[in-house]
Amino acid sequence: MKTNSNHTREPLFHLVKRDALPFQKALLIRVIAVVLAVVLCALLSVALIGASPIKFIGTLFDGSFGSSRRLWKFAKDACALLCIALAITPAFRMRFWNIGAEGQTLIGALAAVAVVHYLGGSVDNWLLLVLMFIAAVVSSGIWGFLPAIFKAKWNTNETLFTLMMNYIATGLTSYFLMVWTPSGSSVLGALPFGHLPVIGHEYLVFILVTLILTALLYVYLNYTKQGYEISVVGESENTARYIGIGVGKVVIRTMIISGAICGIAGFLIVSALDHSVTTTTVGGMGFTAIMVSWLAKFNPLYMLGTSALITFLEQGSAQISTNFNIDSSFPNMIVGIVLFFIIGCEFFITYKIKRSDSHKKGEKIK
Amino acid sequence: MNILESSFVDYLLTAIPLGMTFLYGCTGEILTEKAGHLNLGIPGIMCIGGACGCIALRILGKTNCPPALIVIIAILCAFLGGVLMGMIYSVLTVTFRANQNVTGLAMTTFGAGATKFIMSGMATNAAENYIYALKYFRFPFADSTTSLKYCGVMVYLAIIIALVASYVLNKTKVGLRLRAVGENPATADAVGVNVTAYKYIATCIGSGIAALGGLFYIMDYSGSFEAYKSIEPLGWLAIALVIFTLWRPHISIIGSILFGMLYLAGTQLPAMLGIKLSISATPLMQMLPYIVTIIVLIITSVSKKRENQPPQGLGVPYFREDR
Repeated sequence: MKTNSNHTREPLFHLVKRDALPFQKALLIRVIAVVLAVVLCALLSVALIGASPIKFIGTLFDGSFGSSRRLWKFAKDACALLCIALAITPAFRMRFWNIGAEGQTLIGALAAVAVVHYLGGSVDNWLLLVLMFIAAVVSSGIWGFLPAIFKAKWNTNETLFTLMMNYIATGLTSYFLMVWTPSGSSVLGALPFGHLPVIGHEYLVFILVTLILTALLYVYLNYTKQGYEISVVGESENTARYIGIGVGKVVIRTMIISGAICGIAGFLIVSALDHSVTTTTVGGMGFTAIMVSWLAKFNPLYMLGTSALITFLEQGSAQISTNFNIDSSFPNMIVGIVLFFIIGCEFFITYKIKRSDSHKKGEKIK
Repeated sequence: MNILESSFVDYLLTAIPLGMTFLYGCTGEILTEKAGHLNLGIPGIMCIGGACGCIALRILGKTNCPPALIVIIAILCAFLGGVLMGMIYSVLTVTFRANQNVTGLAMTTFGAGATKFIMSGMATNAAENYIYALKYFRFPFADSTTSLKYCGVMVYLAIIIALVASYVLNKTKVGLRLRAVGENPATADAVGVNVTAYKYIATCIGSGIAALGGLFYIMDYSGSFEAYKSIEPLGWLAIALVIFTLWRPHISIIGSILFGMLYLAGTQLPAMLGIKLSISATPLMQMLPYIVTIIVLIITSVSKKRENQPPQGLGVPYFREDR
């Protein structure tokens, strides 16, 4: 086909949306992106800290898989991230940009610790655990409910609302820490009560509960009516209204669920891992979880992989910063670079670059 | 009464410089949002700006360069650092059409991490570092009055940039086109506006301006390399300020000072009024700016006034072939 290219200036290439790529091919593009990113990081580390690329990659693996202790820590951290990522997924599926998982989890952890602080020792351990669970789920649920009700009623911007709620949660946490520690040190030691029973390894209960939660959420999102409603609202609010779904109701319900799962995460962190709370208990995981969820295309099963990938990078580069005696912020840098590459590669999965017809076969434009 | 007055002036004079940190971030974010991009990478960009400026200061501070030139170069370096980050953001969100929230958060992760990495090497000798700021960022005649002692060169620069941004957005053809791009890119495209170019330029300049906030906070407001640690939370407040001021750079001048006052309320108010609050009240007072932002967010969404709404195309990637 010959086009008349002398009159209109066409761009050298244009973009076409692809039909869905086969799973393997899409995965391959992502793997290439991660590998390229790691290579770039390795080169960067040569320039910055003088570590040879082979040593860089070796230490990266050593950080997560070097010993059984590191392996357990890897599994624990990946599951903590996974648990919070699960929490935000229902909201993200309906395009409700909940970036407040940080605060929702923290307030849940705070509520659980509050129960232990005021009731610990005076009631049975199982009752205490139940009360902690309820307190965490309810308070996190409220943290999720507040932005949702305003979104549903007046379409208030949820991204910024949930973001602000994070800092209110942090403020409340540091307030209560000051009140609870008479010395004014704001450091609450490990609490003696409200521990989940330990089976096998100390992290095993936590890991198992998270995996069960993953399966449950997968079923909820893909095989229930409510899960279907979430997907419809996410695709198109107008369609949802047309087929008789109460959009406001779905938004509020889903955000309460989202918050409540954050509460479960907070409860688990307190009762199974930390037995305490600080303002950095969640430590940015609420934000990283967004990446985990988004990279997995909001599919709970894929999140097993993405949360493992992020944790692997974080832990590996933390090992590098210890071994080479550099600042502990190094992991953030590495994860940031890898994320840029993965975010960028999504483009090549969704779009195809096509050379314009007029430029094919060496035809020249005047 | 007199004591109350003078302590109020003190309060105001510490709040104004702090507010300017927000103002830089806010002006930058407004420009970006007017082009239809919600850049959640602003905290990271502010960090990077601070780091780039500090590298320049560190290198030039050891030479015989005249102080005025040092400050100008440091400001330019911070600006360029921000532009570079803005470039990464634009490539990913404009050209590659990536999700803006995710890209922004990745930018913040990277920016804060890289800054800590760079700055931790420099923030070793605290005593030596402290001298830089006061020497360079104040006017030469600063000692004559208290107000000049508090407010360095960059305070005035922040206000000038905000006013210029406001003028460009509301009174010029370029501003009109930019707003059109943010409201409805398809329409702007149809009348011949180069949507991609506008988005790129607005995002990069916006990021550059925001980056100055980081340099200002480290070198002018705090006057110590150590200050890099606390930029990130301030960056989020700058994004909050954008909503608080309803996307208007000239209002954000007052808004930023108000935010500065709210931020310092926990420590300054009790001293001013002569009441003694327990120390545990400080974190509660520090929640104030965030609570106020939420209230403003709710009020503007309830009132539904057209001119108070965010740009309509905010957060939606524009793909011409999608029409």
